[in-house]
Amino acid sequence: MLTFKIMKTMKNIYKILFSATLIFSISGCTDDFVDRDPVYSIDSENYFNSEDDYYNGLVAAYDMLQSTYLNVLLGEIASDNTLCGGESATDVIGFQQIDDMIHTPVNSNLKDLWNWMFAGVNRANYILEFQNNIEFEGKNVILAEARFLRAYYYFELVKWFGPVPLKETRFQLGDETTISRSPVEDVYALIEQDLIFAVDNLSYSAPQVGRVTKGAAQALLGKAYLYQDKFSNAASVLEDLINDGPYDLVSNYNSIFENQGENNIESVFEVQYTDVEGAGFGCLQCSEGNVAVGFSGVRGYVGSLFTPGFSFNIPVQEVVSEFETDDLRKDVAILDIEAWAEQTGAVYTTGYEHTGFYNRKYIPRTRSANAAGDLNLTNPNNYRSIRFADLLLMAAEAFNRGNIDDSKAQTYLNRVRARAFGDNDHEINSTGPALTDAIFHERRVELIGEGHRFFDLVRTNRAAQEIDGFEFPKHNLFPIPIEEIQFSNGNWQQNPGY
Amino acid sequence: MNKTLYIILLVFFVTSSFTFAQNINVIGNVKDASSGSPLPGVNVIIKNSSKGVFTDFDGNFILNDVPENSVLVFSYLGYITKEFLVANSNQINIELLEDTETLDEIVVIGYGTQKKRDLTGAVGIVSSKTLDEIKPIKVEQALQGTVSGVNVTSQSGAPGAGLDIRIRGISTNGANGPTVIIDGYVGSLDILNPNDIETITVLKDAQAAIYGTIAANGIVLITTKSGKINQKPRISYNTYTGFQETSRKLSLLNATEYALILNESYAANGQTLPFPNVSGIGAGTNWYDEILNTNVPIVSHDFSVSGGTEKLKYAISGSHLYQQGIIAPKKTDFRRNTARLSLNAKLSEKFRVNANAIYTYIDRDAINDSGLGSVLFNAINLPSTITPLDTNGDYTLVPNTGLGIEIINPLAQINNTYNDYDLKKLNGTIGLDYDVLKNITLTGRIGFNTSNSEGKTFAKQVSYGGKVFDVARSSVSQNAINDNDYTLDIYATYKNSFNDSHNLSVTAGTTAYKQWGNGLFATGYDVPNNSWHYADIQLALGTSEGRDVGSYAYDERRLSFFSRLQYDFKGKYLFSAMLRRDSSTKFGPGKKVGYFPSATLGWVISDEEFFGTPKNFNFLKFRASYGILGNDQIPNNGYVGSLGGEATYVFDGSLVFGQAIGQLPNPDLQWEEAKKFDVGVDFKLFDNKVDITSDYFINTRDKLLISNIPVSGITGTSAPGGASPTINAGSVRNKGFEFAIGYKDSFNDNFKFGVNYNFTTLNNEVLAVNNSTGFIEGGSFGVGQPAPSRMEVGLPIGYFYGYMTDGLFQNQAEVAASPSQLALGANASPGDIRFVDVNGDNIIDANDRTNIGDPIPNFTMGLNMNFNYKNIDFVAYAFASIGNDMIRNYERTLSDVNRLNYVLDRWTGEGTSNTVPRVTTAATSNNVFSDYFVEDASYLRIQNVQLGYSLPQTILEKTGFNKIRIYAGVNNLYTFTKYKGFDPGASNGAPIGGGIDYGFYPIPRTYLLGLNVNF
Repeated sequence: MLTFKIMKTMKNIYKILFSATLIFSISGCTDDFVDRDPVYSIDSENYFNSEDDYYNGLVAAYDMLQSTYLNVLLGEIASDNTLCGGESATDVIGFQQIDDMIHTPVNSNLKDLWNWMFAGVNRANYILEFQNNIEFEGKNVILAEARFLRAYYYFELVKWFGPVPLKETRFQLGDETTISRSPVEDVYALIEQDLIFAVDNLSYSAPQVGRVTKGAAQALLGKAYLYQDKFSNAASVLEDLINDGPYDLVSNYNSIFENQGENNIESVFEVQYTDVEGAGFGCLQCSEGNVAVGFSGVRGYVGSLFTPGFSFNIPVQEVVSEFETDDLRKDVAILDIEAWAEQTGAVYTTGYEHTGFYNRKYIPRTRSANAAGDLNLTNPNNYRSIRFADLLLMAAEAFNRGNIDDSKAQTYLNRVRARAFGDNDHEINSTGPALTDAIFHERRVELIGEGHRFFDLVRTNRAAQEIDGFEFPKHNLFPIPIEEIQFSNGNWQQNPGY
Repeated sequence: MNKTLYIILLVFFVTSSFTFAQNINVIGNVKDASSGSPLPGVNVIIKNSSKGVFTDFDGNFILNDVPENSVLVFSYLGYITKEFLVANSNQINIELLEDTETLDEIVVIGYGTQKKRDLTGAVGIVSSKTLDEIKPIKVEQALQGTVSGVNVTSQSGAPGAGLDIRIRGISTNGANGPTVIIDGYVGSLDILNPNDIETITVLKDAQAAIYGTIAANGIVLITTKSGKINQKPRISYNTYTGFQETSRKLSLLNATEYALILNESYAANGQTLPFPNVSGIGAGTNWYDEILNTNVPIVSHDFSVSGGTEKLKYAISGSHLYQQGIIAPKKTDFRRNTARLSLNAKLSEKFRVNANAIYTYIDRDAINDSGLGSVLFNAINLPSTITPLDTNGDYTLVPNTGLGIEIINPLAQINNTYNDYDLKKLNGTIGLDYDVLKNITLTGRIGFNTSNSEGKTFAKQVSYGGKVFDVARSSVSQNAINDNDYTLDIYATYKNSFNDSHNLSVTAGTTAYKQWGNGLFATGYDVPNNSWHYADIQLALGTSEGRDVGSYAYDERRLSFFSRLQYDFKGKYLFSAMLRRDSSTKFGPGKKVGYFPSATLGWVISDEEFFGTPKNFNFLKFRASYGILGNDQIPNNGYVGSLGGEATYVFDGSLVFGQAIGQLPNPDLQWEEAKKFDVGVDFKLFDNKVDITSDYFINTRDKLLISNIPVSGITGTSAPGGASPTINAGSVRNKGFEFAIGYKDSFNDNFKFGVNYNFTTLNNEVLAVNNSTGFIEGGSFGVGQPAPSRMEVGLPIGYFYGYMTDGLFQNQAEVAASPSQLALGANASPGDIRFVDVNGDNIIDANDRTNIGDPIPNFTMGLNMNFNYKNIDFVAYAFASIGNDMIRNYERTLSDVNRLNYVLDRWTGEGTSNTVPRVTTAATSNNVFSDYFVEDASYLRIQNVQLGYSLPQTILEKTGFNKIRIYAGVNNLYTFTKYKGFDPGASNGAPIGGGIDYGFYPIPRTYLLGLNVNF
């Protein structure tokens, strides 16, 4: 009896043990169960293990160049060249306010610009942060391109916002509260270092069309010097490039801005766009097309050669009048829509601030049948970021304003003018301040519609006299987006006056 | 001792032992006391023995060999247990009363059940009866107004659109919805047929801690219907058909009003009048009427068979629902077919097995129905001067001038919309209970969901005349998504009683959960004939130069160990404690494991001696609970950085694809914790006719998980494909009071009456925000404006942050005397909104923004009533939400758009209006986000009214039917509100940025006619 009881108890114990074992075994109940790697995912912190990885990272750094359509469009609108335009007085309010010089830290377009340029910096820094992972032939070319791109994005940031936080690896969360805005000189110092590295490690021909060359790096370096009034440095690097580089003016100014004129001999650096991939308003920075072009197009246009757009960025009569008689560039740069309509039978409607003029260099051309929509956002027009003509004018300015050699300045200036008028009858022979004015005039008409004017005015302290509503020095810089000031939690002060 | 007494006792004992020896056979029948119909499957046992039988299909039973004078116990679920002294072998006829007290109701509480009277947590229960009355199309709708502390908002009134459930307020910025457990496994309410549900239990407080890391938002437990032991097959068929129309309309300007307003706004800006001659313009097109339909059908059929033998219970059901939408009826239809099988078998005295499988098929088509670019948005903004069709009979193109490029003819839009979505899902559970020992039961079960869905969208080549919706090249996009999960539970339950007073129950076990799946996406271009008929990738042979394919995959797991101890002393003092340990793949190394403890207490005061038995105070229980629950409902792999970004550029004239960082990682990611405190009382008064439950709760949510939290742009998150990280970024507290009272009474046999009312107050306050700014922004308003909604310390989560207004400037002198408003976009003129200089710095700018409302209701109420008079029954349900604000954000600010007719009250000169600003095409500051756009969206909705008639028994007996009932009802009969927009009860569900009306598809009002047949 007792034995039986013990047996029964034992049996029960076994049952309990069995149950417990079952509970903890069937489900494989150890924490190994939750120890799994994310499926089909590449860890960003364990990348850069092959040459391809570096190349792939570099493509990402280039990608942000396409978002600089905004810098070009807004730079033009901010200047005295164009009015904002658009559909109505409230169409893209951030653009309208900048045009009227009543912009404030609350401006979603400036916020985009800030965000996108820092995204570019970070994508370049991602490569540079892991630059020592592996060695392979040609690595320095990729690193040089990455550093050029970082310099390109930082140059945009310093132009728009002045002092900005600097870092040579990726910005991490919290950096906004600890890393202060570096003085403009320090930003330029990094830009110069990066570009000098790029100049030293790149050649004049790139492995693929669209990639950075030594010439592009020299040109941007010269431009950066010029923006700091470092005239002799600028003159030196620009002259080297003009003399040694493979670049030249194309003979026909008109051909530059058409599709067949892309990446031509005059193009020192060009942002590449295409219309083969679709885009939407939800992510303008994702478009592979040039968004600025559709925005600048003729409202309601039906006719030959062009296609319609949103009638932003409307040239004013004053800039049209700036062209001298016989200047062949005028009809390339400015579309007089009323005359064009009369001549070709095209129809159009008018938007806000209609002047009758359009920025003909960058308005939509007739599209290919396979162009992906939204057609307004996918125009394939490359942005000619640095043209040889720009180089010549920058060099001329450096030699003249630096009191280095006015005759060289005249030579470079007149090279541009010779093409502009198709003859040598319009040469400038003045010197000193008169020559400076002539160069300024030439920059304006040669480069109209290309996004340089506002910053040319600011860096030469002429903005207040040329731009309605411009307050000096407040408007030399744009305000830091209010969101960023908030994120910085007191670490960053707003630009003066805002 | 008294000798006489001794003798009597002796005689008694002798006789009684003698009578015990006298065994008899008992024959009897059991009926329902109210209907008189036989009750099969009633458990009949001899008290204090294990001997017993079940009644057969006709309610009859025979129990042999019963000791004379023994007591028989008749028990049946949902009925009051009855005891009967067997005096002789005469046939006994028992009538059981339906249980109206429900104190012995069994409530599912997760890994077990509990009697309702023993509950120590705050639970809400919805029975199949309520589901039957409300006739919800989707299960979620049955929780609105019926359970205190629960608020259900719709994302859209479109058929099949999602609904959000919020239990006791909003506490997190991630997923706010409760976890749904169907018969033990993690499931989804979307696909259930409401008629398959026996009960819904909502665990609102710390009691849900048994579910650990998925419990923080509350748990909704679904028990599906099963058969009954020894029950004749019960066949039930239910059907209804209905007609739907919109429950709300917006009042827009007619063509003449529109032309006059437009003229005025052009004139105000010195422009030429667009309508120099307004005579003869007439009323024009009412775009709202053009897109909204009436008499839109909805049909439901539902069929079930259930029953059982002594050892087997079964239930089989099938259902079909078809609903068209009130906008574009055939292009927004919803079809849901379900089939279900439930089996319970007693394999032996020790083994029980149950299986349950549900198959669901859903076919849903949809149009763009909310927000910018939706059909509704177009209907609101399109001028009434434009005709639907042009003179050629084509859809009229909308001019770009004055109307921009985002407004198109909504009829054309509907016509050109083609898509299809099909979901096939199988879910179910198989479980085994094994009585290891007398007091120990071991349960093993596996629940699973497996679903496949296919989606297809055809982008027809179409031109709306230079609009963003123009499609230059036709394409068809298709996807195939495969989702799977299983929940494996193994646990043991030990139950015992000691000395008839100490009751102990211990549960311990483990749950392994795994979900995995993948999705595949592809697009083909150049659809033959530009036709939906040919829209399939196999025919659409064109490609783009970009990537036309994509895919994703996931594998997420959770491992849990849990234990629970329940103890009570004579059912009077109740105590339970739970502990759960979870580890989850949502978190990185070192952060995977979390512990979640909780405890509950109960005291049934009415069982105390001192309480006595007052006639009008029948029951009183006090409850308290506290515990820590978790939440891991965040996007996958937030702790590790991945190359999910977009890197596309052009080299050599062709696209090149690289790799870029996607979402920023946060390696420190950890559990969100909900600390839940609850005290409550339950009492019953006046012969149990009045039933009151009241709770006070404080839920504090710490280490709030916030996905895609806005961060400084310097981190590069706005790059293509980039995203902000998920962060433990704050703390939110919800405090509130819940009160529910029910009253039911039978005035006589013919007239029964019941009314239930509940209300919930809610106070939401953000306690901490751990990012550098001290607030988090969300939502959007207008175009290019800062986010209108914030989470900030000391204020309700998602409060509205904008400018405060102070009427309108009536004249130039007032403008001159006020601070400049230029920073808002334009200098003010008379007739413009006057903004308040909140910070007093004599300039109006972004620093003057402040709290101007919030979308969280101050309190919500539900009221339902029912009465039966003879064969007529009537029910009505109502819900009210008080104090929720909403942002009017469906109006475009372009110059030529149509407007709501409140603009007729605009300012036209000094003294004409102090609320609606002047109209002008010039730039003004009137459209910046201010309290002008914030409206009180409090509402009272009569959700459901139903009147039914059941055929009397006398007629039924001749037909062989048990029940035939016909009814008529109206869903969403009327909504009382001052809100101007579509649906004051709608929300996109976002904690920050909810309560913004981008143009919600209005919920339909439905007239129903139905039939219930049982036989």
